Amino acid sequence: MIPPNFEYYAPSSLNEAIGLLDQHQGEAKILAGGMSLIAMMKLRLVEPGALIDINRIPGLSYLKEDAQFLHIGATTRTNDLGDSDVVRMRYPILSDAGREIADPTVRNMGTVGGNVCHGDPGNDLPACLLALDAQLVAQGPKGPRTLAAREFYQDTFVTALAPNEILTEVKIPRPGTGAGSAYSKMERKVGDFATAAVAVALTLGKSGGIDAVGIGLTNVGPTAIYARAASEFLKGKAGADAEIAKAAELAAEAASPVADNRGPVEFKKDMVRVWSRRTLRRAIDRAKGVH
Amino acid sequence: MATTPPPAKATVHGGIGQSIARKEDQRFIRGKGNYIDDVNLPGMLFLDIARSPYAHAKITAIHKEKALATPGVLAVITGADLAAAKLAWMPTLMSDTQMVLPTDEVMFQGQEVAAVVAVDRYAAADGAAAIEVDYEPLPVVLDPFRALEPGAPVLRTDKGKKDNHIWHWEVGDKAGTEAALKACATVVKEKIYIPRIHVSSIETCGCVAQVDAMGKLTVWMTTQAPHAIRTVFALVSGLPEQQIRIISPDIGGGFGGKVPVYPGYVITVVAALTTGKPVKWIEDRTENLTSDSFARDYHIEIELGADKAGKLTALRVKTLADHGYTDAAANPSKFPAGLFHIITGSYPFAKAFVEVDAAYTNKPPGGIAYRCSFRVTEAVFAIERIVDSMAHKLAIDPAELRLKNFIPPEAFPYSSALGWTYDSGNYAGALRKAMEIIDYAGLRKEQAAKRAKGELMGLGISSFTEIVGAGPSKTFDILGIKMFDSAEIRIHPTGKVIARFGTKSQGQGHETTYGQILAEELGIPVENINIEEGDTDTAPYGLGTYASRSTPTAGAAAAIACRKIREKAAKIAAHLLEVAPDDIEWKDYKFQVKGVPEKSKTMADVAFAAYTNHPAGMEAGLEAVDYYDPPNMTYPFGSYICVVDVDKETGQVKIRRFVAVDDCGNIINPMIVDGQIHGGLTMGLGPALLEEIQYDAQGNSRAPSFLEYLLPTAVETPKWETAKTVTPSPHHPLGAKGVGESATVGAPAAIVNAIVDALQPYGVTHIDIPVSAYKVWQAIHAKDPR
Amino acid sequence: MAIDAVTAKSSVPSSFSRTVHLTVNGVARESTVENRLLLVHYLREHLRLTGTHIGCDTSHCGACTVLVDGKTVKSCTMLTVMADGKQVTTVEGLETAGKLHPVQEGFTKEHGLQCGFCTPGMMMASVALLAKNPHPTEDEIRRGISGNLCRCTGYVNIVKAIQYAAANAPPPAAGTGGA
Repeated sequence: MIPPNFEYYAPSSLNEAIGLLDQHQGEAKILAGGMSLIAMMKLRLVEPGALIDINRIPGLSYLKEDAQFLHIGATTRTNDLGDSDVVRMRYPILSDAGREIADPTVRNMGTVGGNVCHGDPGNDLPACLLALDAQLVAQGPKGPRTLAAREFYQDTFVTALAPNEILTEVKIPRPGTGAGSAYSKMERKVGDFATAAVAVALTLGKSGGIDAVGIGLTNVGPTAIYARAASEFLKGKAGADAEIAKAAELAAEAASPVADNRGPVEFKKDMVRVWSRRTLRRAIDRAKGVH
Repeated sequence: MATTPPPAKATVHGGIGQSIARKEDQRFIRGKGNYIDDVNLPGMLFLDIARSPYAHAKITAIHKEKALATPGVLAVITGADLAAAKLAWMPTLMSDTQMVLPTDEVMFQGQEVAAVVAVDRYAAADGAAAIEVDYEPLPVVLDPFRALEPGAPVLRTDKGKKDNHIWHWEVGDKAGTEAALKACATVVKEKIYIPRIHVSSIETCGCVAQVDAMGKLTVWMTTQAPHAIRTVFALVSGLPEQQIRIISPDIGGGFGGKVPVYPGYVITVVAALTTGKPVKWIEDRTENLTSDSFARDYHIEIELGADKAGKLTALRVKTLADHGYTDAAANPSKFPAGLFHIITGSYPFAKAFVEVDAAYTNKPPGGIAYRCSFRVTEAVFAIERIVDSMAHKLAIDPAELRLKNFIPPEAFPYSSALGWTYDSGNYAGALRKAMEIIDYAGLRKEQAAKRAKGELMGLGISSFTEIVGAGPSKTFDILGIKMFDSAEIRIHPTGKVIARFGTKSQGQGHETTYGQILAEELGIPVENINIEEGDTDTAPYGLGTYASRSTPTAGAAAAIACRKIREKAAKIAAHLLEVAPDDIEWKDYKFQVKGVPEKSKTMADVAFAAYTNHPAGMEAGLEAVDYYDPPNMTYPFGSYICVVDVDKETGQVKIRRFVAVDDCGNIINPMIVDGQIHGGLTMGLGPALLEEIQYDAQGNSRAPSFLEYLLPTAVETPKWETAKTVTPSPHHPLGAKGVGESATVGAPAAIVNAIVDALQPYGVTHIDIPVSAYKVWQAIHAKDPR
Repeated sequence: MAIDAVTAKSSVPSSFSRTVHLTVNGVARESTVENRLLLVHYLREHLRLTGTHIGCDTSHCGACTVLVDGKTVKSCTMLTVMADGKQVTTVEGLETAGKLHPVQEGFTKEHGLQCGFCTPGMMMASVALLAKNPHPTEDEIRRGISGNLCRCTGYVNIVKAIQYAAANAPPPAAGTGGA
C-alpha cells in the first residue's frame, strides 16, 4: 500500500523531461496520470529510482482535428476523450473505449498517452489504434519520430518506445465519408480488464461494400493484437453475414489468450469471434448512419 | 348531522414504525466519523506485518537486520518473542488453536510471520518489506477431500493429530431418512459447491492499543463483539479484566468479518505493552483479502425425495467443510456447523438427516462471516436449489411446488425434523405477494414465447426461512459465554435519556432504531434519547452484533428495561397525581388516571419527580437494566423472485427484475429495514455472480485484490424492489424479528434458480456459484456444441 | 524494550522530499512532504482531515475520492507533490457556513448511508457528477458512481440521494445566464 521513496521531478518543458529521462538511464519512469504506475509502485511491483512528472508541461494535452488527422496530445485525460463531441461524431470507437477504461474517476487522471504506451495487453486504446491504423509521435534526445501503431506493440510492457523517449501525440487518420467504427468490451464488471474486447474501424464504399477495415483485439494476447488476416479478408467484401462470420473466425484465430479467472482459452477465443461479429455489425451500422 | 371527528391517534416523535432519518448520519455526512484509523494518540507508533508468500513452509530463519536498520523502525517482533510469553498461539472462538506468529511453520499464504514497529506508517511498511525469511516449502494441502484421504500430509501435528479431520457432526434420523428416501417416488440429488468468499467491508480491520500510567490497557478495535473480546483477552493474557478496556468506535462495515480475534490485534497489544507507547495497526486490503476470515467453502451433497403427488417427504445432506488451517469460525459452541440444520427450510419434512465433516487445509481460517447467520446462507442455497431441481424433474412449476408444500401458518410454532421450533410464518402469503408484484403468470407466458424463438429467459424463486437472534441460554454459548444481550437505560431529571447496549452497530443504525424503541416504550421523543454502544467500560455485557441478533436480543432487552422503568414510573405518577398505583394506566404515551384521561403525567414529569419528589421509601432515580435471554430464536422469512435474460452466445446474465418480499415481524424503522434488504441483496448478488476466492496448485490466492475479487458496483446491481408482509414473532416483546442478513441468505438461490430455469432447454440442473459468463457458456455448449 | 521515538526518527534526504503549496477546502497550505506521500495520507495525517478514507490498494473502491481542481481523483493513487498548486476539496469542505450541501442532505434524507465509510468518497463523486450533469438519468447516476464501492446500501438509496440533490440543487446564481 506504501511505495518506496524516489526522486521526483516536475519539468516544465518537454526537452527538460527528455533530458532527465536520458540522464537517469532507465532508472526513471514517466509519470502522467499515475493510475497504472503509482498503483504498481504501491504494491512494490515496480520501484523506479525517479519519477518525471510530465503533467506540468504545457501543450501536451489537446484534441485538434485538421484535414488529415485527429491529433491527441499524450496527456489528454481519458475522460476528455470520452466527452469530446468531435470524437463521438467521427471517431466513435474512441468514444466507446473512452467510456470503458477503468471507472469515471480513474479516467479523470488516466491519460491517452499512458493507456497507449504502458504496454499492458488489457489497456483499451491500443486495439483501437491498431484498428484505426494510427500513428504515434515520440520525442527523444535526437528529436521527434513517428511510429506506426501496428508496429508499436512488441510484448507485454514492451513497446517500440525507446527508454529515453516520451510519447507526445497520437495521430488518428481523419475518416472520409462512409466511415464507421466501434469498440465493444466484454467485462465481468465495470472497471475490469476485458474478457475480450474488439475494436473495428471501417469505411464503406459508395456501393456499401467494405473499402477498408481494421480489427484490433484487447487482452487476448501478450499485447493488443491487430487481426491482420481478418482485416485483409474483409477488405473489398460486401459485408454479408457469411463474410462477417468468416472475418470473426479469422479474428478468433489471431487471438492467443491466456486462461485466467475470466475463463479458459477456448472460451475467450469464442468471445473474440462473437464480439468481432457484433462489433463489425455495429461499425457498419454507424457507417450507414443507422444507430 | 354534524359528527365530531375521532380523536387523533397519539404519537411520539420517532416511535416504532416511523421512517425517521438516522441520528448518526450527522457525523458521517460531515466526514466526522470516528473509525479506527482516525484514532490518533500522542507518540503513537505503527505496526506492519511481513507475511508468508508460501501456503505451507518451514521457517528456517528470520533475518531482522535490514528491517532494524530501516530508518524509523524501532523493533521487530517474531514468534520466538511471543513464545517466550506463551503468546505464540491463542485459542479460537471454536476452541481450536491459532498462531499469532509462527515459530516453526506457516500454514497459509499471507500468514503473519513477523511484525515491525516504527515511528510512522511509511517506515513500518519499509521495515516489513525489509524482513527476510528463509523458507523450506512443504507439500500444500488445498482440496478438503484429498486432505481426508489416507496418506495426505498432516497439517496440525502441533496438536498431535494424525489426520486432517477436525470434527464430525450430525443431526436428524439417519435410518428413518434412508428408508424414507428409498420409499420416495422421485429423488433428486445435487452436488453443490459454495466457494470461499470474503466480506470485504470497505473498512479493513485494525486496532490501536495503549497502556496508560495505571497499567490499564485500552484497545480501540474493529470488533463487533467488544465484551467477548475483553474477556478472551483477559483469559489469554492474564491481565485482570477490569484493567482492559475495549472500545469499538465507528465501524465501517462488519458483516461477521470483524468478530474474530486476528493475530494483528494480539501482536499490536504486545507491542504496546512492551514499548510502553500506543501502537496502531491497520491491515491493508491485500492483507484483508488473503489472511483474515473467510466464509462458506462448503461442499454439499443434497438429496430430496417426493411422493407421487409432489409432496416433499425426505431430505438428506452430507457436507464437507473446508475450514482452512484452524477452526476459527465464530459459531455457538454446540453447533460447529452453525445453524446449517435449518436446511429443512420452509417445508415440513417428516424425515431429515444432516451430517457435516470439517477438514484442515492450507488456507486462511474461515467458515463464518459474510452475513450468513451461522451457515444459514449455505443451508438456504442448498434447499432452495434442490426444490427447484425437483420442480423441474416433476415438471411442476417451482412456485406451485412450493405453495403445495409450505408449512402452513396454522402449524406454528412448528417443530422441524432437525430440532428447531419456528416461531411464526406465512410462507404462502409472502410468495403470493411476490408473484403478484412481479406478474409471475405474465412472465411465464413471456418465457414460453421467447423459448419458442430460442431466447433464454428465466424465473427463479427463493422462499427462505431464516433463523436469527442467538440465542436461548439452553443451547447457545460462545466459548461458554451465554448469548443474552443487554440494555441499560437511565432517565435524567429533565426527561432526557442515555441508554447503552451490549451490541455494536457497524452501520445497522442502532443509534436510531434503539432510540425508536425507547421513544415508543417511554413516550419520550427520539431526539431526547442518546444511544451508546461499544465501550466495555460503560456498556452492559453483551455478545455483540452479528447473525442478525441485535433486535431479537438487545431490542427485546430495551423493551423489557423500559417496562421496568414504567413500572417504577407509574408509582411516581400515582404519587404525583395522588391516586393509588392501581389507578394508573399507561395510555397514549402518558400515565393516566383510569377513566380520567385529563389527569395525567408524562414520563418527563415523572423523571423530574424521580430526583426531586419521589415517594417516601422509594429510591431516587429512574433507570433499569435488562439482560435478555431469548426464549427462542426468531424466524424471519421471505420470498424472492428473480428474472434474468441470458445472452446465448456469451453466457452473460442480466438481472431484469428482482422482487424481494420480506417478513421480519413488526418493523421499527421501515426505511432502515429496506436499506438492510438492499444491501443484503447486493451481498447475495456478489457471491451468486462475481465473488470467489480460489487458490492455484501452490496455494497462491487467485483473488488477492479488488482486481480479481469482484465487488458489484452500482452498474452490476439491479434496482431492487422490496415489499413486506408482517407476521409478528409471538415471543418477542415487540413482535420483531431480526432482518439484517435475510437478503444475503435468500438472494443467491433466486438468482441461480433463474439462470438454471433459463437454461432448461439445455437440460442444465445446476451451476455452481459464482455463475460466470464462462460457466453459462460452458453449460450451453456442453449440450449444444457448435 | 525502552524506545526513544524521537531519536529513532530518520531525516529524509531533501531530494526525496519537497515543499508543496496547495489549497485544501479553501485554506492555503504549505508543507514539506516525502515525494512518495500519497495525497490521502497528507489529508488524513498531516492535515487531520480524516473524512477521506482508505478502502483498498488498487484504486478500485473510491473511498478516498476527493476533488482536485473540481474533478474527482482517487487520492490514494495521487502523490501529494502532484497536487502542488491545486485546489483540493474534501468532504469537510462540502458544508458551507453551517449549511449542508444538497448532496449531504440527500444522503441523510434518503438513507444513502449505513456504516458511513464509503460515504465521503461517494458524496464527492456525486457532487462532481451533478456539477457536470445536473439532471442525470438513473443509468447515468449508476455509471457516474461506478468508481465507488459500497457494501452496505446496495446503491438503491444512494441513487435516490443523488436524485434528491439534483432536484434540490440551489438555483444558479443571478447573472450566470439562462438554462
